[in-house]
Amino acid sequence: MVESSPPVDQGYEVAPHRISAGRKSLGRALIVLASIIFAALLLFQCLYATDAIAFGFENWRPVLYAYLLWTVALGAGLVMIRGERGERALFLLPAVLFTVAMVIFPTFFGLYIAFTNWNLSSFAGRQFNGLDNVRALLQDPYFWNALGNMVYYVLAVLAQYAIAFGLALLLNAEIRARKFFRVVFLLPFMLSPVAVSWMIGKSIMEYRFGPAATLARFLGWDSPAFFTSPWIARLSIMAMDAWVSIPFVMILLLAGLQALPRDILEAAKVDGASAWQTFWRVTFPLMLPVSVTAVVLRIIFELKLADIVINVTSGGPGGATDTVSSFIYREYRDRSNVGYGTMLAEFYLVIIIVFVTVLLSLVTRWMRRVTASR
Amino acid sequence: MKGSARLATDVLTPERSRARHSTLGGAQVSGRVLIYGALILWAFISLFPIYWTVTTSFKVAVDVTQGHLIPWLDFQPDWKGWRSLGLSPDTIFETSTVREEFVKRFENSILMSVGASMLAIVIGSLAGYGLRRFEYKFGPWRNRDISFFFLSQLILPPVVLAMPFLVLYKELALLDTRVGLILVYTLMVLPIVIWIMHDQFGAIPKELEEAARVDGLTDWGVFLRIVVPLSVPGMAAAFILSVVLCWNEYFFAALLTSTDAKTLPVMVASQTGSQGINWWSMAALSTAAIAPLAIIGVFLERYIVKGLTAGAVK
Repeated sequence: MVESSPPVDQGYEVAPHRISAGRKSLGRALIVLASIIFAALLLFQCLYATDAIAFGFENWRPVLYAYLLWTVALGAGLVMIRGERGERALFLLPAVLFTVAMVIFPTFFGLYIAFTNWNLSSFAGRQFNGLDNVRALLQDPYFWNALGNMVYYVLAVLAQYAIAFGLALLLNAEIRARKFFRVVFLLPFMLSPVAVSWMIGKSIMEYRFGPAATLARFLGWDSPAFFTSPWIARLSIMAMDAWVSIPFVMILLLAGLQALPRDILEAAKVDGASAWQTFWRVTFPLMLPVSVTAVVLRIIFELKLADIVINVTSGGPGGATDTVSSFIYREYRDRSNVGYGTMLAEFYLVIIIVFVTVLLSLVTRWMRRVTASR
Repeated sequence: MKGSARLATDVLTPERSRARHSTLGGAQVSGRVLIYGALILWAFISLFPIYWTVTTSFKVAVDVTQGHLIPWLDFQPDWKGWRSLGLSPDTIFETSTVREEFVKRFENSILMSVGASMLAIVIGSLAGYGLRRFEYKFGPWRNRDISFFFLSQLILPPVVLAMPFLVLYKELALLDTRVGLILVYTLMVLPIVIWIMHDQFGAIPKELEEAARVDGLTDWGVFLRIVVPLSVPGMAAAFILSVVLCWNEYFFAALLTSTDAKTLPVMVASQTGSQGINWWSMAALSTAAIAPLAIIGVFLERYIVKGLTAGAVK
């Protein structure tokens, strides 16, 4: 698994302890033994699950314990074989093994589910249905509609960024009670999106008694319904999402503003630049790296948007507010369609990976050009 | 409250305020009015939904439908919402099934967010330290690649894992158990914790560790005796941020729990549909669900800011 090589510039010298051959072979034996136990138990339970043998465990829990045992044996074995380098590997090993067990394995297992017609509510059980799910996906207007909505939601991040930048500038100005305003501005980020769905979506924006509706009537909108026409509903969801997530962007940008070199700003002032000029010529360019980090992180989180949509509109009206996550959630919740839902999710994952990779490389190239031209 | 206690330190020093007064022109006065106007407007936007929810939990039906806003002036506060939760003064000592349910969900939420955060801190600190101090090689992968591997987990949307987990947990008898959800939440916050801790360990002077090594401590000795005590503030920041993220998580909790391990957000969500116009009890429930976090936000804000900005600003 993970080996540590001789340190180059970062680490420390490994003291050249000699490890006896007996200890090494004992360590190897330990790892091999644990692997055999784990593999045997896995095979045994597989055979039982496919009815090849008559006796076995009630569930797969013992296999999990065997995996844990195997990880412990692997760690101990590595220390025995490699000595100090093995001990260093122990720092990284828990995180790697945990992530592999919890992410890599389920994702590949998901790939298997994705090619079956697995429906939890059907008694027929699961069968391979080859590319049927892919064909269904390509012809599913609701999925493509949800994917289209994601474009709007991602674009809304730019609006969040603009507002957050303004707020960060305000907090960075010479003001009284800065700490108070900072705490207040951060509060929405702390609240659970589910609670926010009720607090804002279901009560403040309620069309009969909600204060937002009352305000809208006062301003001359006769029938303020925030969730009945597609674009208004989408904007309402975006507003709620922005309310929760603007503080995150704002905090990052504020930290960036506070780290700006003071002398450059002073110099701009001495040269007689107006506040507007100082911002666009000095502050904004200097803030680009932080801005890019904040926006990219927000886009990555925005792609997971689901809680608010599930709880306020369930994707309605007519799918106008649907996100991919909320659509797949309903695919499972309402239709128990695990096979097809997983295919949608894996397909979405591929789209996200491609999108984020392209985004990152474009951004890196763009940043390099901007910094080079300065 | 802490906010007002800190005000004193934020007030400008005498020299600076005198300097400002002497140069205050008309344009600057209007500029300051604009700044404070914007600040107050956004403070209102941030606080109003919270204010609305808290006050609504003390309203009776007629106050809701008539849109009354200010307690004692507009409407007489009533314990109605809290009574329906079994948390009002007159019902607190009586048995209440709703309260039992609520307390159970509350316990689950605390247990899971604290449990997952602690597990993530342990695993994540180890990995963060290892990646910072030692050189690893795993096939063609070096430290940079391993760090990127952990960080790339952030991209993974919950939907991708949710359904495989549903099936796997069923087979492992982990569905609707606290341990199962703790494992999922640990996974969810692990990349962030590794990122924060990796950043934190970089701030510890290497000379200190080298001195300890000369004194005969092993790698693990140095880590446990020297590095961990020094990085407690960083761990606190990572821990609090993780607790917040886990407390608010809804997607996995909604799919992977049904009765035993249900968390507070799932309870809130399941009530929203069924209660109709019963706003006071929804408001009381929402207030109770957000109160712990609002308190954390007010008192531990600096740790959250520290956690969020770790490594993002260089």
